[in-house]
Amino acid sequence: MSKTVTVGIADLNAVRSPDVLVTYALGSCAGICLYDSATKIAGLAHILLPSSSMSRNVDLKEAMKFADTGIVLLVKKMEGMGARRANLKAKIAGGAQMFAFKSASSDLGNIGARNVQSVKQTLAQLHIPIIAEDTGKDYGRTVFFYGENGAMKVKSVKKGEWVY
Amino acid sequence: MAIHALDELNEIQIDVLREIGNIGSGNAATALSAMLMHPINIAVPKIRILDYNDVVEALGGPETMIVGLMLMMEDDVQGMLMFLLEQEFADVTLSALMGEGYGSVAEMDEMCQSAIQEIGNIMAGSYVNAISEMADLQINISVPSVCVDMAGAILSVPAIHYANIGDKVIFIEDEFNRNGQESSSHVLMIPDVDSLKKIMTNLGIEV
Repeated sequence: MSKTVTVGIADLNAVRSPDVLVTYALGSCAGICLYDSATKIAGLAHILLPSSSMSRNVDLKEAMKFADTGIVLLVKKMEGMGARRANLKAKIAGGAQMFAFKSASSDLGNIGARNVQSVKQTLAQLHIPIIAEDTGKDYGRTVFFYGENGAMKVKSVKKGEWVY
Repeated sequence: MAIHALDELNEIQIDVLREIGNIGSGNAATALSAMLMHPINIAVPKIRILDYNDVVEALGGPETMIVGLMLMMEDDVQGMLMFLLEQEFADVTLSALMGEGYGSVAEMDEMCQSAIQEIGNIMAGSYVNAISEMADLQINISVPSVCVDMAGAILSVPAIHYANIGDKVIFIEDEFNRNGQESSSHVLMIPDVDSLKKIMTNLGIEV
């Protein structure tokens, strides 16, 4: 019997097979799924912003908000459970542009794209390959990540479901 | 006391926001009645300072489909206004406005999109005028952008944009009643901290 663990906004968690991780309604936020197929440990982080350099004091709770610090924390958590970094493969989702909004004064428009870019940079620095991606566009996504086989299911209320 | 974030507001300051919300909601009901050529009643709005997670719960959970309208306030007061309409509210209002042949807001065509933008404009104007008149400040609003999607996904936008200010917003809950049919809409007001200080100062409230 598998158990489903919910990951909130600016939150992360990891489980062992056959448990399932879920994060609801990613908009411009990004979801990062990491899987070690040898130990069948799955991790999921739901980040809000690209970089911790945007914040003055990054404590542990703050660190989960950002792509750069959040992913590092997730990797550490998974390593703590026995996963090996060299085995990790990533699947990523989210980073949509929810509102078509044009304003010279704000960077509201491309924050989703910047989140995705920062996720990719951080993963590259950690030498974790991205093997699937469902990012950008203009709709919200709920992400399920299965500890049993590392499959990522993306669900959109408007567009349907995909499994990666 | 200096305000750095919305969760540092004191009771008096929150009361001021409540009053702004009351007047704004009253204006919105009047404007909607005129637009739909039909009387619309509004219950006394509930106004709370909530964090994003509570807002998402108040809307029925992260995966609830809602219609989001986002506008920016500019000039003396800067910040974001976001209207969150239950699909039913949007459908009722739009079918009253557009008559026969209107389907559902979920499959939104261009005509429907403009109509909902117009509703957003009128409602935003109602709230912004309440601030403008009470505090004697000049405020302009941008053309609204529309998005129909999961509540959580829509709310990620203000949550991200204002992550540096904190995770609290001013949440106004309006119950509209038309012909005994109830439907509700929600407004998020997120003034920049400096603008919030300006509003308070102009109203003679200590900040």
